[in-house]
Amino acid sequence: MSFLSLKNIGKSYGTTRAVVDVSLEVERGEFFGLLGPSGCGKTTTLRMIAGLERPDSGTIAFDNNDITNLPPERRGFGMVFQNYALFPHLNVFENIAFGLKARHKPKPEMRDRVTNALELVQLPGYEKRRVDELSGGQQQRIAIARAIAIEPDLLLFDEPLSNLDVSLREETRSELRELVTRLKLTAVYVTHDQEEAFALCDRISVMVGGRLMQTGQPRDLYEQPSDMAVAKFLGRNNLIRAMRLSSSKTSSGEFKTLDGEHTLHLPVRHEELAPLNKPVYLAIRPEHVKLTREPSANGNSVAGEVREIVFAGATSTIRVDANGLLLESLVLEPNGLNVGNKCYVVLSPEHLTLLQG
Amino acid sequence: MLNKVTQISPARLLLTFITLLVLLYGVIYPNLSVVINSFQQVGTWTLGNYRDALSQDSVIEAIINSIGLSVATVILCALVGIPLAFLFERYTFPGRRVFAALSALPLVLPPLVGTLAFIFLCGESGILARAVQRLFGLQRSPWTLRGWPALLLFHTYTMYPFFYVLTGAGLRRINASLAEAARSLGATPATVIRRVLLPQLTPSLIAAALLTFMTSMASFSAPLLFGGNIRVLTLEIFTARQRGDFTAAGTETVILAVISLAALVFFQRHEGTRKFAAAALKGATRRHEPIASGGARILATVAGTLFSVLLILPVLTLVLVSFAREGTWTTQTLPPSYTLANYQRLVSEPQSAEVFINSLVMSAIASLAALVWSFCVVSLVVKRERDGNTKGISRQWRRLLSLLVLVPWALPGTVVAVSIAEAYGSPGSLLGSFVLVGTFWILPVIYFLRFMPLVVRALQASSEQLDPSLEEAAGSLGARTIQRFLRVTLPLVWPGAVAGTLLAFVIALGEYVASVLAFVPANRPISIAIASELRDFNLGAAAAYGVILIGIITVSMVLASKLERWRG
Repeated sequence: MSFLSLKNIGKSYGTTRAVVDVSLEVERGEFFGLLGPSGCGKTTTLRMIAGLERPDSGTIAFDNNDITNLPPERRGFGMVFQNYALFPHLNVFENIAFGLKARHKPKPEMRDRVTNALELVQLPGYEKRRVDELSGGQQQRIAIARAIAIEPDLLLFDEPLSNLDVSLREETRSELRELVTRLKLTAVYVTHDQEEAFALCDRISVMVGGRLMQTGQPRDLYEQPSDMAVAKFLGRNNLIRAMRLSSSKTSSGEFKTLDGEHTLHLPVRHEELAPLNKPVYLAIRPEHVKLTREPSANGNSVAGEVREIVFAGATSTIRVDANGLLLESLVLEPNGLNVGNKCYVVLSPEHLTLLQG
Repeated sequence: MLNKVTQISPARLLLTFITLLVLLYGVIYPNLSVVINSFQQVGTWTLGNYRDALSQDSVIEAIINSIGLSVATVILCALVGIPLAFLFERYTFPGRRVFAALSALPLVLPPLVGTLAFIFLCGESGILARAVQRLFGLQRSPWTLRGWPALLLFHTYTMYPFFYVLTGAGLRRINASLAEAARSLGATPATVIRRVLLPQLTPSLIAAALLTFMTSMASFSAPLLFGGNIRVLTLEIFTARQRGDFTAAGTETVILAVISLAALVFFQRHEGTRKFAAAALKGATRRHEPIASGGARILATVAGTLFSVLLILPVLTLVLVSFAREGTWTTQTLPPSYTLANYQRLVSEPQSAEVFINSLVMSAIASLAALVWSFCVVSLVVKRERDGNTKGISRQWRRLLSLLVLVPWALPGTVVAVSIAEAYGSPGSLLGSFVLVGTFWILPVIYFLRFMPLVVRALQASSEQLDPSLEEAAGSLGARTIQRFLRVTLPLVWPGAVAGTLLAFVIALGEYVASVLAFVPANRPISIAIASELRDFNLGAAAAYGVILIGIITVSMVLASKLERWRG
């Protein structure tokens, strides 16, 4: 039995369906991510877990108890808000101790737990400070300290890093993960930043348009997106429209691209995904697109011309026009290629993924 | 005085001059002269006037009553307004919108008109009393609208909106995630209110308490018409002037002013110097929750409807009485016969039309002058921060100007009238021989002084929100000062300007407290006409005046909301 379980959760606001039929399970000790573009329903789902919103349908169970209708103050979850939501009229100590005071903990215990929490977030001695005296990064740590001071069963994060400077984000990110792991806490983490989700989470659920599209480990989601929406959202992707040509009995399918009319081969594992004469999408990540001067012997080598080279420091993106088919290749360095050069683009079959349109 | 002398432009110099001139003649000199006079007897400095005044039991009683009335009013209005604000901000239920729209009604009701309506509705010869008398077969009216209960009822009705509106606005400003964070940490809803919401609301509550206290201190119509034997300072000042005892009136005026200003200082101290603004980043907009339990929902709707009815009942009463045939409503519950005669009389008699024209003209002059002057003041006072450097005059001067502008509003209308009458009552005053007393112009001047703080504040709020880079962009595109003002600044601050000017106009229309002390036949305003009809027991005519006044006010407010949208 999993620690936290959502079954067929739905929520609408008027005519807008914010969350539709979402089911997921989080194991004890997991750092679980809810990832998706703005407006996909991930925050609403998190708020329903917290009890700040009531689901219109479905159930939420925690540690074998149905908590669907339990008010938030009885759930015992720690929540870190995107804007930190620190109480401006209380100082740091009073903020962190807020939940403890609500539980009527004795003063000595409160003091110990607050001191401990401050040490865990590496801000010892900050008890008397006022909220408006703190920097953004410090406020964020205090928000975390406040959530963990109550020794919650579950930690809920609502895009906690999105208001920090980029430089601060990565550092805080790894500290956060390290802290959660050390305290052996379970966490559900909402973010729209795919890189952040990949770096932090054990497993991720991708949500688009209120629906849960795919759940899995970061690498599986990246390599094998189940769906166009997921494929588009996670990292950059070349999406090639194509049609299946022959239905040969071999396991390798033959496709003709709609742009550029190139012929590509790739293994088709599930026949029903690629019926004859129906347009599908072939997806290949830019880092798997190789550029060569001469045509390659392994099929799927198409001729093209370099249109643009975008330098980004550690990597460069090279955009190639292959007779009307536009492709992106991610390389560590351009290797002597310049705009206008002719080259060959290799789309190796093992990296081509078949997606429904 | 100005930070960098080399940066004074001729325009700025002119603005400064106008501002100082008006403040000097309108605020500093009159008030100072009243204060000075109160310390003088036959040309020598003395505390004698104060000793005389404070030795009289009636004056002491008036002081205690005024303060007691005001404190009680604050408490009652808080008890009504705050829970209402919570109820209507938190939840949605059928009828909520209607009540929310009606809730500000008492604020625009001129006090005299309000007292009139109350008398017709709740007075011992009023509709309610008669109805109860009839219902229970009583010999006499079950109550008299007199004394403390009457005053407190009226005050609560007219001033609870201060608490309701300001608490509501304060609640809306609080970032919703604070309450949510508290709940996620284990606080029950009651604890959330106690430990998170109420502390955050402190500035709003203080502001509401201040407004209520000062309005109550300045209250005149209600104590006059149904205070019974209760003495309050405003009445004492009025009667002193009526019997020609200007010295006593002046002394009592200073005492009243001191109490009001002391309250202002006290409340501003406690408003909290601490800034409670939480950095509102991606804020979850607080949605109104529908009330969960069906029973509670019905209760809320019923309560809301009841309140709405209670709110408009006085106005409806007024409308009813305005159609009553003169002299026929004696002992019946409702007026027995109706007629248009009251309105016909108002329309046909030249004096009546004159009264309306007087009020409209004077209020228009006063509010438009206030608008123009506000632009002068605001251009000097508004803080424009650019890259951390504050432009314009230094902070102390800015605060002094703001304070001086606020003085006429902080003082009861009685005080303002007395100060102008004293300062410009006879020729030969220090600053030239201005005589306003006895002329048409005294009332527009008083209206201007009393209500310009409203316009200044409204314009100031609008201007402070104006992004300075907009004017700079206009400048860089070649627009000169006038053009920048007309094409960039004015359109953007227009809504705030209109709102403030309109409010001043509307309140000036129904002004009574100062008018009664300073009017002359040439500028007889509506409120004086109402009072005189009342004195002659022409209830229908008095009511008709009141209804027309409310009508004009409503039309003005509708017009203004259209105007606001036209430019904005």
